[in-house]
Parts: sequence; C-alpha cells; structure tokens
Amino acid sequence: MARWYALANRIWGASAALPLAACGGGAQSALAPNGVQAERVALLFWVMTIGSGIILLAVTLVTALAICGPARWRRWLGRDGIVIGGGIVFPVITLTALLGYGFVLTSINDPPSASGEPVKIAVVGERWWWRVIYRDVAGRRIESANELRMPVGRPIEIELTSADVIHSFWAPKLAGKLDMIPGRKNVLTLTAKETGLSRGQCAEYCGGAHALMSFYVLVMTQPEFEQWLAREAGSAKAPTEPEAQQGMTLFAASGCGACHTIRGTSANGVIGPDLTHVGGRLSLGAASLPNDEAAYARWIKDNQRIKPGNLMPPYGIFSESELAALSRYLANLR
Amino acid sequence: MPDVDDAPNSLPSEAPRPAGELEELKRIWAKPEGWRIFTAVNNTDIGLFYMGAAFLFFLLAGVLALLMRVQLATSDNDFIGQDLYNQIFTVHGTTMMFLFAVPAVEALGVVLLPQMLAARDLPFPRLSAFAIWAYVIGGLVFFSTVFYDLAPYGGWFMYPPLTLTEYSPGDNADFWLLGIGFIEISAIAGAIEIIVGTLRTRPPGMSLDKMPLFAWAMLIFAAMIVFAFPAVILATMLLEIERSFGWPFFTAAKGGDSLLWQHLFWFFGHPEVYIIFLPAAALVSMIVPTMARTPLVGYRLNVVALIATGFFSFGLWVHHMFSTGIPALSLSFFSAVSMTIAIPSGIQVFSWIATIAAGRDRFQITTPSLFVLGFLFIFTIGGLTGVMVAVAPFDFQVHDTYFVVAHFHYVLVGGMVFPLFATYYYWTPMVSRNMLSEKRGRWVFWLMFAGFNIAFFPMHATGLLGMPRRVWTYSNAMGWDTLNMVSTVGAFIIAAGVLVFVIDLFLRFRPGEQGPENPWRAGTLEWLPTDVYSTRSIPHVTSREPLWDQPNLAADVEAGAYYLPNAPTGGRETIVTSPIEGEPQYVIRMVGPSWSHFFAAVFTAAFFLLLTIKVVIPALVCAALALLSCFVWVWELDRGPGKEPVDIGGGFKLPTYVSGPISHSWWAMVVLMLVAASLYLTYVFSYLYLWTVSPQVWPPTGSPAPPPLEWAAASAALLIVSVAAFAAADRLLPAPRSINIWTPIFMLLGAGCLVAGVAVEISGHWLTGLNATKTSYAAMVYMESVLTGQLAFAVAIMTFYALARYFTGKLDSERRLTFENVALLTYYTAGQGLFGLLLVHGFPRVSG
Repeated sequence: MARWYALANRIWGASAALPLAACGGGAQSALAPNGVQAERVALLFWVMTIGSGIILLAVTLVTALAICGPARWRRWLGRDGIVIGGGIVFPVITLTALLGYGFVLTSINDPPSASGEPVKIAVVGERWWWRVIYRDVAGRRIESANELRMPVGRPIEIELTSADVIHSFWAPKLAGKLDMIPGRKNVLTLTAKETGLSRGQCAEYCGGAHALMSFYVLVMTQPEFEQWLAREAGSAKAPTEPEAQQGMTLFAASGCGACHTIRGTSANGVIGPDLTHVGGRLSLGAASLPNDEAAYARWIKDNQRIKPGNLMPPYGIFSESELAALSRYLANLR
Repeated sequence: MPDVDDAPNSLPSEAPRPAGELEELKRIWAKPEGWRIFTAVNNTDIGLFYMGAAFLFFLLAGVLALLMRVQLATSDNDFIGQDLYNQIFTVHGTTMMFLFAVPAVEALGVVLLPQMLAARDLPFPRLSAFAIWAYVIGGLVFFSTVFYDLAPYGGWFMYPPLTLTEYSPGDNADFWLLGIGFIEISAIAGAIEIIVGTLRTRPPGMSLDKMPLFAWAMLIFAAMIVFAFPAVILATMLLEIERSFGWPFFTAAKGGDSLLWQHLFWFFGHPEVYIIFLPAAALVSMIVPTMARTPLVGYRLNVVALIATGFFSFGLWVHHMFSTGIPALSLSFFSAVSMTIAIPSGIQVFSWIATIAAGRDRFQITTPSLFVLGFLFIFTIGGLTGVMVAVAPFDFQVHDTYFVVAHFHYVLVGGMVFPLFATYYYWTPMVSRNMLSEKRGRWVFWLMFAGFNIAFFPMHATGLLGMPRRVWTYSNAMGWDTLNMVSTVGAFIIAAGVLVFVIDLFLRFRPGEQGPENPWRAGTLEWLPTDVYSTRSIPHVTSREPLWDQPNLAADVEAGAYYLPNAPTGGRETIVTSPIEGEPQYVIRMVGPSWSHFFAAVFTAAFFLLLTIKVVIPALVCAALALLSCFVWVWELDRGPGKEPVDIGGGFKLPTYVSGPISHSWWAMVVLMLVAASLYLTYVFSYLYLWTVSPQVWPPTGSPAPPPLEWAAASAALLIVSVAAFAAADRLLPAPRSINIWTPIFMLLGAGCLVAGVAVEISGHWLTGLNATKTSYAAMVYMESVLTGQLAFAVAIMTFYALARYFTGKLDSERRLTFENVALLTYYTAGQGLFGLLLVHGFPRVSG
C-alpha cells in the first residue's frame, strides 16, 4: 500500500511529476489509456486524426493549386464536377465508413467477464466532492469519498447520481465521461487493464469550486481490493496516542460530527464526506491537497483559501496545538 | 403592365432628369444632424452604428479572453480569483455569442442588404432602429455587470439547477436573462425586417435565382431565427419564472427536469452556430468571385447547401448532450445527422476552390482574399474536428474539455470572425471615403492567423491530456503548463492583430460618403454609386452579376435612367416587388427619423432593467411610457390611399397603398405569427417532455384532476366568439369618411372574449386547487395560459389602438392595415388557445 502513497505524493511534487507529463502519460490523459473503453477511444482518435490530417493536407494542396497551379490544372479544378466530387461524393463515402465504425464502438457490449459479477460502486456528485459508496459481499453500505478503488480486469458498474447540481464523472484513463444529473441515474461501465494510480475530474461546470473537484482512481489486484474493502467496512480504530485522543475529543466537542461521520464514534453527520478512514485516502479536499498531517491543519484553518466557496466553514478558532491534535487524530484514521 | 422578364429595349426613365429632382431626393433622405442623430433610421446610418456596437462587444469580450488566458498561463496562478473567473468566462461566452456574433451578422444585413438589392431602405426602418437601440442599451448594461461583481457565473449555457435561486442566489443570473431578453427582441425584429426585405424589396427583375448569395443566406438566417430563437425565449421565460415565482420546471424533486433546459437551449444553440456561420460563408461566396473575376461555380448547389445546412442544423442539437446518458439509439441518430452537416459545408468549400481555379487570371491576393484563405484553412480544421466529436464514443472523452474549446473556436473564429474581417476590408469603400490600408491589412491578417493557430491548436492536446473547460486553475502536476503558456502567447498575438486593425480604422475609416467607385471591380449592385437616398434610380436586373453583364449600368443608374428616379409621393419610398419573380407591385411609403422608436427602446430597456433589480413601480411606469412611445411611433404608419398610382418608369404605374396578402405589413405579421407558433410548439414539446419523464400518472398523484370539461367548453366558446366578432367587424368596416357604430363594438367584443377565454381557462384550474409551485405539471398547465394570455393582452392593447385610429378617421374599409394586423393576431391567438385547451384538458384524460 505504501507505494501508492509515495506515488500520490509524487504526483504533487512538480519535479517528480514532470516525467509523467513528458511521456504523454499524464495522470488524466485520454491518450494514455488504462481501461478497455478508453483504449478503444484512443485508437479511434488516432484513426480519425490521421484521416483528418490527410484530408486537411489534400484541401490545402488543392487550394494552392487552384491559386497558382499550372493553367491546365486550374481549368480542371474550376468545374462543377469538383464541387460534386469533393463536396458530396467524397464526404458521403468517408462519413459512412466512419459512422459505421462509430456504431460498432457504441454498440460493443463488453463480453461477460470470466471473473464474475461486475463490481457495483455508487458515486454521488456533491458540491464540490464525490461521495463514493461500495457494497460488500453481504450488501452492506460502505461509504468513502473522493477516490475510487477497484480491482483490475473486472467490469465495474458505477452508478452516477447527483445531490445538487449537474456534475460529470470523468476518469479519462479509464473511460469517457458521463453526467450526474439530479433526479436521474446513469450507469458507467468500465474495466481497468492494469493496476496503478490515475486521476479524474468533474467535467461539467458545477459552479464555485468546479475546478477543484477531482479524485484519484486506484486500480488494485483483486486480493488487495478485497483486503482494503474489508478494512474500509470496519469502524474507526480508537486512537491510543494522547495527542490523537485529544484530537478525537476536540472533534466531538467542536461539532464536527454535525457534518461528518466517523463510524464507531458519535460523529454521524451526512452533509460532508465520511471520515472513518480519511487517513488512508490519497488526498484531502477532493484532490486539493496531499494527505499528510500538515495538510489537515491547513485545510481546517484555511480551507476557504485553498478551495474557495467550498461548503465547510474555515475554523480559525483552534490553536496551533489543537490543530496539531486534530490532524494527528484524523491522519491516523486509516 | 410590362413583364419584367423581358429586358427592356430602352431604359425605363428618360435621362437627363428634370432639375430639382436630385435636390428633392437629397432633402427627403437627409441624415439628421447633431443630437437628432439618435432619431436616424436610414439603414446605412444605423447599420454602421450597429456594426460598431457589435465590434465594441467583440473587443470587450476579447479583453475578457485575454484575462482568462493570463490566469491560465501557468498552473496554480492566482491572477484572477475563482469567483471573478467564473463570471468572466460566462460573460465572455455570452457576449461573443449573443452580443457580438448574431448582432454583427444582423448589422451586416442591415448595411449590405438594401445596397445589394438597390432598395432605398429596408421596409421597416424604425423597427430596425428600435431593435438596435434596445440591443445597445441592454448589451451595455449586461456587460457592465462584470465590473461590479453582479455578472452571472452559470456559464453561457446557464444549466439549471445550478442557475436556480437555490444555487445561484442574487441577481447575477437574472442579469443574464435580461441581457438575453434584449437580444431575443432585437433578433426577432431583425428577422422580420430581413425576411420581408429580401423577399419584397428586391429590384425589378431580380428573381430569386438571381439573388446574391448573401441575400439568400440572410433569408435563411432570418428563417432560422424565427424557428430557433423561440426555443431559447421559452427556456429563458421558464427559468426566470422558476427563479422568481418558484414554478418547478427544472426541479427534479417536483417533477421537473434539468435536461428540459438543455434540450431547449441546444435546440436553439446549435442552429445558432449556423445562424452565425451561413451569412459569413455567403460573404465569402461574394468575395471569392470578385477576386477570381468569374461567377461562383455552383451557385445553385450553394443555395441548396445553405438551405440544407439550415434544415439539418435543427436535427442535431442532442450532440451537445451525448454525455448526459441518453440511449444508444438516439446517440446513433444524432451522430449521423451531425455528420451529414459536413456535406453542405463540403459543397461550399469546394465551390470556393473551384471558383478560385476557374478565373482566367490568377486569384487576386488582397487583404480580403487572405482572410478568405485563412478562413478556408481554419474552418476546414474545425469541420474535421467537428466530424470527430460527432462520433459519440470520442465525444465522451473530449466533451467539455479544451479539445472542444479548440474545435468550436476553429469553427466560429474561422467560420465567422475571419470572413467578418474580410468583409470589413472588402466593403469599407462602400461606406467610407477611404479604403482600409492593404499594407496594414497584411499585418492584421498574419498576426491574427498565426496568433489564432498558436493559441487554439495546442488546446486540442490540452484537452486530450485531460484539462476540462471552465476551470480557473490547475495543478502543475498535470503537465498542462507548457501548452497553456503557448496558448496564452497566441492569444496576445491575435490581440496585436486586432489592435493594428483598430489603428487602421482610426487612420482610414471615414464614413458618410462613398469611397472609390467599385474598387474591386465586383459584379453586384452594392457597388453602384450611391448617396443618402441609396442609388439615384433602381436598376432593372437581368443577371446575377449585373455590373459585369451590363457595362453601362452604373452610369445609367446614376443618370436616373432606371426606375423611381424621383420621389413621386414626396416622401421616403422604395419599390416593393413580388417575392419570387421580382415583379414591381407597389411603392411603399416609409417613415423617416423620429424620437418615438428611440424612446420606445430606452423605456423598454429601463422596464426590464428595473424589473431585474425588482423596483416594480418605476418599472411599470417605464412600461407604460414604452407603450406610449410605440403608439406615437406607429401612428404615422398605415398612411392610407389618397395618392394616385405613381409612375416609376418603364410603363409601371404602381399604387402607393395596398392591404391584404400583397402588403409588406401582412407579411411581417405572418412572420410574427410564425415566431409565436414556434414558441408555442416548443412549449408543447416541453409539456410532453415532462410527461415522458414523469414516473407516475399524469397529472401526478396528489395533484387535482383537470376541471370538468364545461370549463374548457366555455373557454373554447369565448375564443370562437372572438374570431367571429373580428370577422364581423371586418365586414362592417365603414367606407372612408363614414361611420358604422357596430365596427368598434365588435372589435371590443372580440378582444374582450379573447381575454375572457384565457381568464376562464385559468379560473377553472385555479378552482380545482391546482398550485403552480407544487408540481411541474401544474406549472406547465398555467404556462399555457401565460403564453396565450400574453398574446391576448397584446390583442387588447392593439384593439384600443385600432379604436383610436377608428375614432380619428384613420381606419376604414380601404385604410385597413391596422385592422388587419389586429384581426390576424386575434385569429392566431384563438387558434393557439383552442389547441391549448385540447392539450391541457384532453391529454391528461387520454394518457391518464
């Protein structure tokens, strides 16, 4: 597990991230696919781009000939036939072919997986974060936020809804986007090809902090995923360290539980993200900050500057030591 | 009467013309001076002002674009904060689409059409002027909100629920709706003007198949406005009603659906792209033949392409909604239609290329030609990426990313801005003493062309690397820094090009008189010598390029040897011809400068503005003043017969007053009714759409059943009586200078029954306890009455006006245009009301 943290934190570090971008394999690149669906689209892209490039070149060349080509060529080009050939016959043929290709892609139903039933995950778009709900084998609801973990090679069915305005769920390396619309339920099916970390972002403008509504996608091996899910299903471990215990008391006393749930404690708010295992996540504030103790303190005190307009008020009331205690407590909720 | 198809053997009028005739024309068409410039109505004066205003909005929205590019130049930048950025991108998009692109094209129509058709003016000069003033005032107020944090921040597409009061409290979103309201008014007014103008004020002999392509495009442009704008008018009405009164059209919890907005918005929004593009393409089709010295290859195919584009553009709005989760079958259908649109575009592109090749001499490389060639290149790229995004699976990836930002800037800047700059350089000598500088023009072109590609080409990659649109910041870990920096540099290069253009304008542009005569040696009528009265006489047209085919035309027109070389009625006038063949039918007498339409625009603007900031009483006062100004304005119209038929030359003796289906007034009313009908059809669509998303029965559980059918029957009876009353009043119109007391009584009865019919319909539902704020069903039921009620209200006002005309002796069995318009609107309203009763009372019973 530790290597994922290392990677997540490396994505934050500029120098470490540069190679990612330089090789065209950005964390959010549709051209560096890691999903069956995204891979098909990437191929489609290259086919269409090369085709378009050839057509553009041809049109430019013909225009150049029309302007300054030899008189004979110009006479040949200056006929009604060119308009019919270039403007009707050619596009009808190429577009029909392309349309057929598009239909095939749209209607491909992924073969039923050998590895059993699809994994079902529900994601709810909120202003401006992602509520992520897993079910375990027994059908128990396990709530998390702002990252998606999934097993490799199995179809994942993501049920997309919205709690407020329209959002759009988009993890480019895995698949295209699908909107989250109030009053409607959309289902996105995707299959990851390799384990690894990538990133996604809200793609439908949803007001205020739309730009800062991102998430991580972590593709794991099946055993890793099961192990992680089992742990995620459990309640929070009570802290043992005094500083963390002080943090827990502060959390309860300051009313944080009105908005946040920490299973196993009195905190049972449902407005904000579930924090039961927040310390085990890859980021804070929907991928606004890396997940470390310093970040918790910054977020609690300064979240309106880090992510303007987000619905959590800034808490300037805590002293440095109180912030440290809260951070210690939360960071250790793994 | 002679037949216009035969080219006249001798010229229609005798030259030289009698002394004093020219002076009279000059006096009649004189431009108002000083402060009275605001009263001007002549198409060249107000048209140039219109173009200037649209260009100003282009510059302003361009500055906003630069601010955004500075913000995005590097990652984690805090040059502009989140809130301001969200406002800026909303205002940039809204301004470019609504305050720049559509008005700029309409302005070109106002300036160029009468010249290309050699008409003295468009048929409704004050209407154009009114539309322009409403647009300028409304536009400036809307834009200025960005300076005091009142600007909307919901994106130019304003998707609810984000734009509902719950998520967008404050007046910001209302200012968007206000700004759009003005554009809706001026677009519809412009469309009426342009449709009637192109169909009825062409020169004798110019049958439809000889009409310049630009006029064709403007005709299609206006027709598209008639059918597309009502969708956005209805959408904005619904949104404002939901924001102000809580009728839940878009709230899922109460049976509404936010996707309804998207359907309505894009049903308008997609044709909008072609509304902008078609006229621009037609401008190119006018410039290319001139520079190639040969007629356009494939004129007829081009006309077909224009019509086909207009038609298909209504069938592909859903491609803006591919990622909303619509079924695969719809995806395939809209994907196919979206690709089809590439064919008419292909026809146009290849006909330009063929024309360039067809010239005997080489294509002249002037500044306008450079912009045309730049357009060809950029637009081809935009078209190709357009085909790419029409493939649904690819769109799932790039929708709402910078790839799409790149795509539509290639289409819109390539397809509209470049032809517009070509137009500026090409047509300036028509309205300015000097041409613009060819030397500076090269700079403008190369800076804009290079800057554009540097700014927008990399965005394709930025989007594919995962950068969504409408984000004000990004992390440097994403690897988007370099591409964004390049785009920002490109944006400033474009700005430099535009700056050189503005300098050129200051140095060279001198409006008010014509420059060198026909400097490009073009073939169409706008290059005839003109003065304030337009051309000295109105030519007889026998081909598509009259100036090429009739070498002596300019001299003969200027000598007054063609039609209407004088002012036989002593006022402003032009020839009205038949819509297809261009046969002269009558001489239209037009009104001149006035303060009335200006104040009508000012008070209309004030009314909406005050209403937006919820200052109700002064708002109502302004509404009353606006109405009063309108009365003053139209009082001078419908001048009646009373003049003998006039001789326009060539043996044509034409009446100066007509009524019924031959009159331009009847045509305008019919176009207005088409607007109302398409508004109503989009309402019917919305009603049925909400029914399809309703999971329960219709009306929904808990909502009262529709009232007993007696209510509907009573309402229907009243509507039918109103029609009968106006039909009776029509037959009872007294002869001139006599009185029939039954005429006003039947008119009042008709208007009264119409209003009562709507009132009965509302009461019936009200008494069942139906509450418009409870369910979207209820809101839709009352919305029907809102739509029919507003027309009934208009009929009532118009009836009082007609009565005033009657009692002052200005309405009788011959002078009857005013009456005809009221009656037509009454018949239409009653018909719409009857259909509404069938829908609102019948549908729940059938589907229930």
